[in-house]
Amino acid sequence: MSIDQDSAAKVAKLARIRVEEDALPALASEFNTILGFIEQLNEVDVADVEPMTSVTPMRLKRRPDIVTDGGRPDKILSNAPDAREGFFAVPKVVE
Amino acid sequence: MSELNKLGLAEARDALRRGETTSLELTEACLGAIQDAGALNAFVHHTPEIAIERARAADARIGAGDAPAMCGLPIGIKDLFCTRGVPSQAASRILEGFVPEYESTVSQQLADAGAVMLGKLNMDEFAMGSSNETSTYGNAINPWRRGNDDAALTPGGSSGGSAAAVAADLCLAATGTDTGGSIRQPAAFTGITGIKPTYGRCSRWGIIAFASSLDQAGPMTKSVRDAAIMLGAMCGHDAKDSTSADLPVPDFEALLSGDIRGRRIGIPREYRMDGMPARIERLWTDGADMLRDAGAEIVDISLPHTKYALPAYYVIAPAEASSNLARYDGVRYGHRAALARGDGITEMYEKTRAEGFGHEVQRRVMIGTYVLSAGFYDAYYNRARKVRTLIRRDFENVFASGIDAILTPATPSAAFGLGEMTDADPVRMYLNDVFTVTVNLAGLPGISVPAGVDEQGLPLGLQLIGRPWEEGDLLNTAYALETAAGFVAKPGKWW
Repeated sequence: MSIDQDSAAKVAKLARIRVEEDALPALASEFNTILGFIEQLNEVDVADVEPMTSVTPMRLKRRPDIVTDGGRPDKILSNAPDAREGFFAVPKVVE
Repeated sequence: MSELNKLGLAEARDALRRGETTSLELTEACLGAIQDAGALNAFVHHTPEIAIERARAADARIGAGDAPAMCGLPIGIKDLFCTRGVPSQAASRILEGFVPEYESTVSQQLADAGAVMLGKLNMDEFAMGSSNETSTYGNAINPWRRGNDDAALTPGGSSGGSAAAVAADLCLAATGTDTGGSIRQPAAFTGITGIKPTYGRCSRWGIIAFASSLDQAGPMTKSVRDAAIMLGAMCGHDAKDSTSADLPVPDFEALLSGDIRGRRIGIPREYRMDGMPARIERLWTDGADMLRDAGAEIVDISLPHTKYALPAYYVIAPAEASSNLARYDGVRYGHRAALARGDGITEMYEKTRAEGFGHEVQRRVMIGTYVLSAGFYDAYYNRARKVRTLIRRDFENVFASGIDAILTPATPSAAFGLGEMTDADPVRMYLNDVFTVTVNLAGLPGISVPAGVDEQGLPLGLQLIGRPWEEGDLLNTAYALETAAGFVAKPGKWW
């Protein structure tokens, strides 16, 4: 599989990273180098192999479904680039 | 006592308990060494006020007869750990100005154990890199040089600042994190010891996430004994990390007998790579001889899927990174791009992430996005996870056959020059992790121990890989190797 400029632009869009038009050829070429390296995985017979989903086999702990934290909006907002009246502020989303 | 910053954790602890020095003296010696070492660019946020305050508190505790494991010992903290009230930005521009309101579990446990934080340490951006060249703070510099050549060398990565700081005696020890080799490779490049424990030993809570199924914290120290002391303080169950193991933490230091008689040490034939430098090959053979002389049995073993570890890693780690780094969008913390008239929220996301993330991070986020995208998920991501199952099974089979630990080189070369890999394709840089990445994929403990120097006087490390949860036994084997190797070289001070 190889990635052309259009696919590279699509990936950048999905990742929400602005990539200027003139940077796309180099980006596509880097993707192809890395994907070429990854292609080696096709040599491995993975029939009947389960994908690894948990690093150490363990049953996740459970706890009562109750609120254990919260009630500190000032701290939550203290690092926000733009916070107003107790909310995160962003550019207009809905017309 | 002179040059207190040159002490290790165990020596300093013993001196404190004997009343021969104070934490304040130790801390001031380190702060002085840090001030003189700007050229190494290891410490990137300095916290002398916190250090002095904690040192005084530690001296009071020691005076009152209450001295926990790390009491009064000055250490550095990798910038990946969130530290309350102190900038924590994963060496990324996108977290510029971020000052956490909370403390990571590991750094809190170290503080509770009396450790003195000197400041935050340089690293690759979001721990993505093997040379500390992707940091927004600029390169950290290795205190080691090739003979009399003054070319600047990489301390390795991603925990490059931690490695440089410990090797240059700016602190007694430091925290690191390891996703594909980021503790062990820089430890090997700087002649120090670094251990990545079993996945789940150290809480990941409050450590800025890169690839959550691979990330583990660990200590970077001047000796195996120091690693045992500091690891014990860092480990333990934490309800705030769902993958944290609820297992007792042994007294690792008490397990250091150096007696490895009857231990079976595996030498994996697949790690004998084409083009491996003769010096690395000899170091590996010498290491096996040392363990044999100490009474261990050396056994040839096979880990047949080794070759596929790096390609599997470079699917899984970017996939997890693309999810984890989605949170940096200019809304809740860190950098937000200046917007043009008429820009909406999509432009805010795209411009913020383009400005805030460096090149390597952008590349990995996009690769991760691609392998997770519709139509490619099975071909790349699921296949990589199946290969991961096979890689773990290789280790399980070897351990089930009675192998106690596995000996390999830590890195395929000694430290290389900063800038030397700039024009190489990204895959060449990825090869640095060829011996370490399997351990993260399988979730096992691994330790790098300095074992020799190359023709130019640069340190080289050997890696030991242990059974899950048996860091105590692994540290003891490493202790025997350390004793036999007798590595005492230090970099000459030029900075």
